[in-house]
Amino acid sequence: MTAATMTPRRPAAERAGFGHLLYAEWTKFVTVRGWVIAMVVSALLTAGIGIWATSGYHGLPCGKVLPDGRMVGGACPAPPLGPGGEMVTDSFYLVRQPLPGNGTVTARVTALTGSATSGIAGGTSELQPWAKAGIIIKASLRQGSTYAAMMVTGGHGVRMQDDYTQDIGGLTGGVSAASPRWLRLVRSRDMLTGYDSVDGTHWTLVGTTRLSGLATGVQAGIFVASPDSVTDENVGATLASGTFDHVTVAGARPGSRWVGQDVGSGATGNPLSGGYRQSAGVFTLQGSGDIAPAVRNSAGSGRPADEGIIGAFAGLIAALVVGTMFITAEYRRGLIRTTLAATPRRGQVLAAKAIVTAAVAFAAGLAGSAAAVLLGERMLRGSGYYIFPVGGLTQVRVIVGTAALLAVAAVLALALGVIWRHGAGPVTATIALIVVPFFFTGPMTILQGPAADWLLRVTPAAAFAVQQVLPAYPQVANAYIPQYGYYPLPPWAGLAVLCAWAAAALGLAAFLLRRRDA
Amino acid sequence: MTSALSAEWTKIRTLPGTGWLLLGVVLVTVTVSAGASRALSCTSSSACHPDITQLSLTGTDVGQAVVAVLAVVAVTGEYATGMIRTTLAAVPRRTVMLTAKAIVITTLALAAGAVAAFGSLLAGRLILPAQGYTPAHGYPDLSLADPAVLRATAGTVLYLGLIALLSLGIATAVRDAAVAIGIVLGLLYLFPVLGLAVTSPDWHRHLQQIAPMTAGLEIQDSTGLSTLPISPWAGLGVLAAWAAAALLAGGLLLRFRDA
Repeated sequence: MTAATMTPRRPAAERAGFGHLLYAEWTKFVTVRGWVIAMVVSALLTAGIGIWATSGYHGLPCGKVLPDGRMVGGACPAPPLGPGGEMVTDSFYLVRQPLPGNGTVTARVTALTGSATSGIAGGTSELQPWAKAGIIIKASLRQGSTYAAMMVTGGHGVRMQDDYTQDIGGLTGGVSAASPRWLRLVRSRDMLTGYDSVDGTHWTLVGTTRLSGLATGVQAGIFVASPDSVTDENVGATLASGTFDHVTVAGARPGSRWVGQDVGSGATGNPLSGGYRQSAGVFTLQGSGDIAPAVRNSAGSGRPADEGIIGAFAGLIAALVVGTMFITAEYRRGLIRTTLAATPRRGQVLAAKAIVTAAVAFAAGLAGSAAAVLLGERMLRGSGYYIFPVGGLTQVRVIVGTAALLAVAAVLALALGVIWRHGAGPVTATIALIVVPFFFTGPMTILQGPAADWLLRVTPAAAFAVQQVLPAYPQVANAYIPQYGYYPLPPWAGLAVLCAWAAAALGLAAFLLRRRDA
Repeated sequence: MTSALSAEWTKIRTLPGTGWLLLGVVLVTVTVSAGASRALSCTSSSACHPDITQLSLTGTDVGQAVVAVLAVVAVTGEYATGMIRTTLAAVPRRTVMLTAKAIVITTLALAAGAVAAFGSLLAGRLILPAQGYTPAHGYPDLSLADPAVLRATAGTVLYLGLIALLSLGIATAVRDAAVAIGIVLGLLYLFPVLGLAVTSPDWHRHLQQIAPMTAGLEIQDSTGLSTLPISPWAGLGVLAAWAAAALLAGGLLLRFRDA
């Protein structure tokens, strides 16, 4: 290497320059009163709208108005909590015997059909895909107690489920008299093993689970449940009917009698009640409800703790406007020529502007979303809603993630401002890219299914996934849509999509800033 | 007034962006409408959109943003370049200037809106039958001979005209493009988003009744009119009230403020 090809060392003053540059950009920001006010307004809008929205519930969430005008219900009963501390649904029709120790429950299911619905416009008695008929061993009759069950479902074959969130697939296909399903559940202390069979002689292992803290004496029996029919607009209770024969409980006390019981009936305000008939060893059970983790939909009294985060939309728009103006105002006033004369390294100018924009938007977002989430949760509790238990870390992720969303979105607006050099385009574009896709899949639900998922995967609106606190369960039919806080991408992946957009825009902005005259 | 109109028309006509924005209104509206019509196929009864008139006009939701830009830029562009001082020197009566601007911009918005709305309807008519929305399924072909369809389509054109007036008023009041667009689009899109968090049916209904976008767009509904939170023409009236308030605020500020 010769001296001629070596890059000369930069003077010390220039290397120290980035700090000064940051300071210069910071000074520009804080001395424009309108921008500072706008960022304060952004935080206040996020917090204020979040608190208003969560306190705007009037009346009691579980009260229902009957067609004759009477109010029924009132305050919601507390939803049961499962063994893992999660909110669960635990209501079904059970025909049971006590099981004092180890034992085996066996039954043959010959039919599972839908029999009634309630509260659904244009009512249907279709069999729900997750309607269940099967055998269960449950610690007690208390809702939310630990259990394991083998079941035939309406549309998902034989399943072994335990403790509300676990779900293992067995034999596939539906059940009929011509093609019955044999189910078996073997208990050995706290170990439960599930088997299924088509003929009652050749058994296949489905799964094994350990139910911690299972008492010696438990309940064993057969059950039927039929979850709510859920569409984007409607939720309504349904009833299913299951037929069993060859029902045996090995290990039960001699002479034990079958007792039928609607577990959790009345607690949910479900107007459909179950029941059972028994003749010549054939049991016909009718049941409504579900044994599953609770999910957020329009019917339940459960709300995610971060419902107040909706206010971030208003704060976001303020941040986008300020992010845009941070550069377009320089073009409008001609200050950009002074800026670039003072710091000829244009990439650094852009970097300094991006850092200041991100920092300011992050601070405003953090203050606003922390207030919206923490106060919003208190408001919801005060209105009689129950909060889905979520970890403290999840709460932090929602607050910090929303602040990051505002910061990155403001940087995207800044980059588009450099590209456009006028204010109207970047603000419209960022709102169209971030708010409108959410709007199309949420409030107006114009798009559903794959088209909506696709929009929320590739547009910057994917970043709202960072606000998701409730897991979506494949074994629970629900409208998993943004309106209820469910997004197609995992939280950080969604934020990464927005970051990719911002990085691409910043790259183009740096290129154009260098190439173009100011 | 005629010369003020002529001046405004010359200014807007000779701006390079105007043609692109008008084209944008039409393209965005028709593309989004056609996309929505393509995306919602009617294969099973639960997936069918109940109101294909409304479905075929979906693009208005996005096209209105371009109309807002058109109207905002017509005002803020003058402030950005200092042209406003020349304009007001030539037409000292500021109300006359604002009225002339409003007439020119609204005419352009109505013209582009008409092309956009009829284009969307035509796209719907061509696409929807192939998606399963056939007369056999209870969805007659979209036709302007149907009074509900005619009202929805003409109402969409008026809606876009009112959005232009609303944007013009706000832009005159705040004088900065980014701020004005932020406020206009915030007003339009935030109300429906807020409606999400408010599950109380009463509050939800009230929000839909007062929000400029949700109330205004009721004009596109052709089915289930009795269950709407606000009747179609009253809804358009709500948007008109918002536009009038914005124009009044803008007009007063323009009247009593230095340019």
